[in-house]
Amino acid sequence: MEKMKNIYFDYQATTPVDPRVLDKMMPYFAEIYGNPHSRNHSYGWEAEQGVEVAREHVAKIIGANPKEIIFTSGATESNNLAIKGVAEFYGDKKNHIITCVTEHKCVLESCRNLSGKGFDVTYLPVQSDGLINLDELEKVITDKTLLVSIMGVHNEIGVIQPLEKIGEICRKNDVFFHTDCAQAIGKIPLDVDKMNIDLMSISGHKIYAPKGIGALYIRRKPRVRISSMISGGGQERGMRSGTLSPALCVGLGEACRIYSDEMENEHKTLSKLKKMMLQGIRKSCPDVYLNGSEDNRVPGNLNLSFAYVEGESLMMGIKNLAVSSGSACTSASLEPSYVLKALGVEEELAHTSLRIGFGRFTTENEVQYATEMIVNEVKRLRELSPLWEMAQEGVDISKIKWSHH
Amino acid sequence: MAYSKELLDHYENPKNVGSMDKQSEKVGTGLVGAPACGDVMKLQIRVNEKGVIEDAKFKTFGCGSAIASSSLITEWVKGKNLDEAHSIKNTEIANHLALPPVKIHCSILAEDAIKAAIDDYKKKNKK
Repeated sequence: MEKMKNIYFDYQATTPVDPRVLDKMMPYFAEIYGNPHSRNHSYGWEAEQGVEVAREHVAKIIGANPKEIIFTSGATESNNLAIKGVAEFYGDKKNHIITCVTEHKCVLESCRNLSGKGFDVTYLPVQSDGLINLDELEKVITDKTLLVSIMGVHNEIGVIQPLEKIGEICRKNDVFFHTDCAQAIGKIPLDVDKMNIDLMSISGHKIYAPKGIGALYIRRKPRVRISSMISGGGQERGMRSGTLSPALCVGLGEACRIYSDEMENEHKTLSKLKKMMLQGIRKSCPDVYLNGSEDNRVPGNLNLSFAYVEGESLMMGIKNLAVSSGSACTSASLEPSYVLKALGVEEELAHTSLRIGFGRFTTENEVQYATEMIVNEVKRLRELSPLWEMAQEGVDISKIKWSHH
Repeated sequence: MAYSKELLDHYENPKNVGSMDKQSEKVGTGLVGAPACGDVMKLQIRVNEKGVIEDAKFKTFGCGSAIASSSLITEWVKGKNLDEAHSIKNTEIANHLALPPVKIHCSILAEDAIKAAIDDYKKKNKK
């Protein structure tokens, strides 16, 4: 196959802005530039109109009322605001928070921050498929439990948590349920009422809207209160002060609108692409493991361990494919991913992991090309690997006394 | 992070990949590192009667820097006697490949590997 230029396989890190989204945004920079909070003239009203239509689109995709949506700078802010905001508002009544060890750093760090302020935090483990155990969740809930925060779709391993069942447990026990759905919007059907979700974090740049915009859903019936983090003019119902960027809000709204129409089709296409790559790799390479549940995962994510081949060297070999490494050997710390560790993936296997992300603009040709390239490079590097050699000779690698350094 | 031309060349076209008979009296084998740490190097030397390293082979599980470091050191030790090979410093490897600071441990591993191979050879050939 002829050499292709760089190909993007990192849709869980971020997505390009969909041209249709950009089209909707453009007028809001230099034409409709009013402050959406200006109440006295048409400049303000027009900008506000754009923001409110966007809010409706965001609400619609999760079955919410537009009044329950506030715009933020992204999912990190939304997660902070949801967790710390609820904690601050209700903290004198209940002080126990439940989350999970594989949550995004911004959730874990928000919880850590609160545990320094008198909150008890329970970090639920995950099963080897990456999902939490519902019985365990139910067991750790006490009459002091204020909030459960569990993400919808995992950024690293793509697994889908059983939101509806978690919501049911939370509602039954009178506990607020927050879910980080940055990776879930447009990937799985979401309905805040059916799933008993009280707070939901949404990100723009994971769904083909720009970076720097997100939203937080906050339930009104029964009402969930939060303390705001930012002091100011009281915009967004007093929960998030600061002038909104109509262009960014419109972008997020349009991205949600597109998904409302196209989610099902996109799901089909991505499923096909994923199957193509997974089968292609498995057919030619033994000892390749999929991390996280194979059934309960979004089709746009493959997190694979290529036993006996170190992840960063593999990334170097497929350098025109933009993928992400689970082995973290590329970052300053040489620790493998905390998420894979939590699944019980052995460290030596965690060092061989790659995250390959597909999305709206991935083509069949690209997947074919990438599959071939990955297979060839894994074969080449295994020929270089003393561990592969030992495995072929029948040596049990776990029995060797290695010199840890 | 941008790697040097030397490093990329050793990664893309590694020299002296392979294995020797580790039972042979003439062969010294060094196996260092650990899979759980993300790198394992196997380095082998064949030594002639004059105590000169005739040939060297390696296999490495590890990042590009680890592969390049082991490829480079196998090139360097060929034709050297055991004392000369033993005195190669990891800093020379790191400088030659322009390893970034976070990858210095790869050059240390290569130094450890050649020393381990020499020790193994000497142990076998204790007179």
